[in-house]
Amino acid sequence: MTKNQNETITEIYTGSDFAKEVKQRAGTDFNACYHCLSCGGGCPFSEAMDYLPNQIIRLVQLGRKKEVLESSSIWICVGCNNCSVQCPNSVDISAVTHALCQMAVEEKVTVAEPDILKFHQEVLNTVHRYGRTHKLEIMLRYKFYKKDWFSDMGVGMKMLARRKLELLPSRVTQMKDVKFAFNQKQAG
Amino acid sequence: MNTSPIMDVSYFPGCSLATTAKENDHSLRELCRRIGVNLVELDDWNCCGSSSAYAVDHDLALGLAARNLFMASPDRPLLVACPNCIIRLRLAHQELSRNELMRYRFEKKWDKPYNRDLKILHFFELMENRIPEYMGKEVSEKLKQLKFVPYYGCMLNRPNTLRNEKNYKGLMEKILTGLGAQALDWSFASQCCGTFLSVARPELVTSIVNRMMDDAAKTGADCIITACAMCHMNLEVRCTLKQPVPVLHFSEILSLAFDVESHNNWFSRHLVDPRPVLKSRALI
Repeated sequence: MTKNQNETITEIYTGSDFAKEVKQRAGTDFNACYHCLSCGGGCPFSEAMDYLPNQIIRLVQLGRKKEVLESSSIWICVGCNNCSVQCPNSVDISAVTHALCQMAVEEKVTVAEPDILKFHQEVLNTVHRYGRTHKLEIMLRYKFYKKDWFSDMGVGMKMLARRKLELLPSRVTQMKDVKFAFNQKQAG
Repeated sequence: MNTSPIMDVSYFPGCSLATTAKENDHSLRELCRRIGVNLVELDDWNCCGSSSAYAVDHDLALGLAARNLFMASPDRPLLVACPNCIIRLRLAHQELSRNELMRYRFEKKWDKPYNRDLKILHFFELMENRIPEYMGKEVSEKLKQLKFVPYYGCMLNRPNTLRNEKNYKGLMEKILTGLGAQALDWSFASQCCGTFLSVARPELVTSIVNRMMDDAAKTGADCIITACAMCHMNLEVRCTLKQPVPVLHFSEILSLAFDVESHNNWFSRHLVDPRPVLKSRALI
């Protein structure tokens, strides 16, 4: 392949502003991906995804922003890093999916997994209030949002009985320092 | 026995060990006392940012982890037992060490220079260093007859930028077989437990957990030994099989091997009661 052809291909695959932004945020060169499917093969939750990890990378390269940001895959990914460990080109795939989640939130697209996002928000709400997570409150607020009080009632009661769910939160005393972490954006 | 001098270590428990997995925290503290490690809890520590900040807000994840890192004493390592917390803290440490602009911003806020030499130590690393010298005759047979399957979950995977950190593959087997226990082979040692999907997509987690429990039972294991408090909870909470295999934290079983006596409140906190098995093996 001549140098020119090579550059043309690089330009097509990585030239979109979207691909550039994802690469910059994720801090990994996903253009090294040659679609060997090791990532999807090793992913414990690929069955629940609408696109396999390498397909997400391909869509990013092609600049198909809406499909990617509105995909369920980026939210199903729990960041177990199985994919990146198996990737022969060492692409940090979970850094890509998480960068995409953040862009989906910032751009206010229709999130394909609103329940997962809601859970993350409730976790962070308790951190904002107490400096630490408070599992009982996270669960109650999540169940309230789902209007589902029964599915986990049995296990919840069992956890309370075994003192696995604390009624009161564990707290940080210097909360203004924690709030600083939440207010960085405004503070610049 | 000639043993190393007492070692001072800062300790970051993290939200799980401080609340839902208190038995993990208590057994770890007791065990450390037993093997000459003085834990000094990081004063007023906060949540590491967890998977949630990592998923939705990078700056928040860094800011939360950074507060803990800036508070850590410069003259001793920072011990972390939760595999998720340590990834969050190590990634933040890496960013603060490499990104001058970011470091400057936080140094201004915290009004002190960032300690780029801070050593963030995982509980497993500490065990690998300290346990062998305490493995004298008196403990070598302690776990005899106990058959276990090791469960590392995603802990053996690391994000690419942390590739050079120590890998703990086989460490639980090495230490526990040294104490007389028998490690059994199974297919799920490094299977991800599903972490937060347990709340929003419980059916996905139940399917994985049931397969794991079933395989553990078929191998004839008395118990599953876990490295992570989150894995421990998912295994117990999301299993729907009639006879689940008891799940023990690595710190709990080590404490039993080292004759820690104050374990009354640990096992009653498990959803799958491990006491019948432990009693039958004369461990409690």
